[in-house]
Amino acid sequence: MAEITKLVHKYLRHDKKFPHVWCPGCGNGIVLGAMIRAIDRLAYRKDDIVMISGIGCSGRLPVYVDFNTLHTTHGRALTFATGVKLAKPELKVIVVMGDGDATAIGGNHFIHAARRNINLTAIIINNNIYGMTGGQYSPTTPYGMKATTAPYRNIEHAFNIAELAVTAGAVFVGRGTVYHARLLDKLIEKAFVKRGFGVVEVITHCHTQYGRRNRMGDAVAMMQWQKEHAVRVEKAADMSEEELKDKFTIGVLVDRDLPVYTEQYELVREQARDSIPS
Amino acid sequence: MARKKSKKKPRLLQGNEALVEGALAAGCRFFAGYPITPASEISEILAHRLPQMEGTFIQMEDEIASIGAVIGASLAGAKSMTATSGPGFSLMQENLGFACVAEVPCVIVNVMRGGPSTGLPTNPSQGDVLQARWGTHGDHPIIVLAPSSVRDSFDITVKAFNFSERYRTPVIVLSDEVVAHTRETVVLPDPDEIEVLDRIKPSMPPEWYIPYEDTSSGVPPMGIFGDGYRYHVTGLIHDIRGFPTMRTDEIEPFMRRLFRKINQSFHDVQIVHHFMTEDAELVVIAYGSVARSARRAVLDAREKGIKAGLLHLVTLYPFPRRDVVATISDAKAVLVPEMNMGQISREVKRVNEGMSRVATLNRIDGSMISPQEIYEWLLKEA
Ligand SMILES: Cc1ncc(C[n+]2csc(CCOP(=O)(O)OP(=O)(O)O)c2C)c(N)n1
Ligand code: SF4
Ligand SMILES: [Mg+2]
Repeated sequence: MAEITKLVHKYLRHDKKFPHVWCPGCGNGIVLGAMIRAIDRLAYRKDDIVMISGIGCSGRLPVYVDFNTLHTTHGRALTFATGVKLAKPELKVIVVMGDGDATAIGGNHFIHAARRNINLTAIIINNNIYGMTGGQYSPTTPYGMKATTAPYRNIEHAFNIAELAVTAGAVFVGRGTVYHARLLDKLIEKAFVKRGFGVVEVITHCHTQYGRRNRMGDAVAMMQWQKEHAVRVEKAADMSEEELKDKFTIGVLVDRDLPVYTEQYELVREQARDSIPS
Repeated sequence: MARKKSKKKPRLLQGNEALVEGALAAGCRFFAGYPITPASEISEILAHRLPQMEGTFIQMEDEIASIGAVIGASLAGAKSMTATSGPGFSLMQENLGFACVAEVPCVIVNVMRGGPSTGLPTNPSQGDVLQARWGTHGDHPIIVLAPSSVRDSFDITVKAFNFSERYRTPVIVLSDEVVAHTRETVVLPDPDEIEVLDRIKPSMPPEWYIPYEDTSSGVPPMGIFGDGYRYHVTGLIHDIRGFPTMRTDEIEPFMRRLFRKINQSFHDVQIVHHFMTEDAELVVIAYGSVARSARRAVLDAREKGIKAGLLHLVTLYPFPRRDVVATISDAKAVLVPEMNMGQISREVKRVNEGMSRVATLNRIDGSMISPQEIYEWLLKEA
């Protein structure tokens, strides 16, 4: 058995009925693979990991893997995750969300989790569309593109998810693509070990719902597009606005240290205990 | 450990304060909420108290987030609660259904105020009774309890936690503005006088654990995140392993079990108090703060020689049909006074099946129903 297959089998649930729900060629599996590789490298115990998702194609990701898994409601994954983490801070909490999940219906929870610096990792699978419901436009569907609910063209402007996370206060923010697999592995690993709210935005393709409607070709062609439009942050620093016009940056956007919620709360508890009259 | 000295002494407490004491006595160690009148005191007191006892309080960005955090904390093993009023309760409905279907114990307090919408923030109401029963979408059983006094707020919150743990279900405590803000002198029980129940956890080796397997009680043991029983929790209808299913032969038994675990426990969860109902010809059926007005009215009527009685409903859902039917079948007339346009009276009429005459007394002007109003009806009917 190839190394990679062995690794997958080590973490897949063997009592789960397959096949999975994703279209052939979907990028979600690549993201799951990157997460598993990072978990394995870091030698986390399966019992210590809680993988939490929202609703969407991306939301189906945890069901296949042998951790404590929680498939919540649309947009609310971070709220459930906040409860899990605060009740048992020793658990490693990983949240997976879609672009619609994290920044439309769950946008408020996203910025507040970042602001609080709650100690968990948020992975946002950005395919620029509502995949599961059949290709309606999302907050990251680019201006001018088509979707089932923007049959003429999308006249709204897209969120830059990673920048949003930076502004909201996330201590680690990375952006990768499913094409740049090795970078993705590294970003996810960095986010996992970061103390505080770490975000990885993963640019991926939904060839079925987004690519087809916008004549972007199949999964391979869309990954080719990722390759051609992604620029390393280090390189982007030396490029002009004009040169960066159709591009997006990949790499580590922010890596900083701020007080972590669970640690702060521990101090509050001490203060509270001291306040009890003896 | 040395036995603690009894702390029993009379205390002047608000309903909301007693509710918090009940929650803590029942073992609540996690609270997430969003400020709203007339429930805010619950948050404020718990923000103070929980960190003193290794518990956690967090103010979330809204009520959707609050109940989400409560469900998450419960899955990680903490007894958890949130508290709100009408507008926030509306926002919680989707995740309330999640707690039903994923069978996550939690307590949701709704201190009812006048509605709809922003309504009457500081006035009492009982307008959310049917919402508590049916507010979240889809068929589901639910337990709804209504305190009527300060002492009740303590006892019923303890019960709410116990039911939620025993049956792995969300339990709704429907308080109201009058109960929440009335101050009364009460003596609360010592910890060793209170029955506290905890969820049943799996004891078999993890590889044998089937998280949603049927049991005689209909309640499967609950694995706690981090305890070694790795399993999948989802709001999708799932098979006994917790994995999404669309098979009719798996959906049906799952849904039936959800109902059965509550339905076969009516004797435990349906709480009513009889007050002079034995020979009553005129029966008042009331709950919440209105039950107290009703009690006064019944006493006054008895002094006039009128055979009046009160059936005080503590459990609103599952609706205590057996008690209601037994009490009203020989009555001349029945009155259901409520601070709404008639919500529990619909249930009473439904189970009455024409046996007795059922009258309603409805107040929707933001003020409470006085003993006098109920007394007048008793006088008129006598
Ligand atoms: C409250 C609520 N509203 C709407 C839906 C329907 N719904 C399911 S998935 C989805 C969009 C998913 O898009 P995204 O988050 O981008 O995930 P993807 O499927 O693209 O991975 C929607 C709108 C829902 N499940 N719940
Ligand atoms: S619809 Fe799009 S996002 Fe969903 S599984 Fe198919 S390719 Fe992936
Ligand atoms: Mg999407």
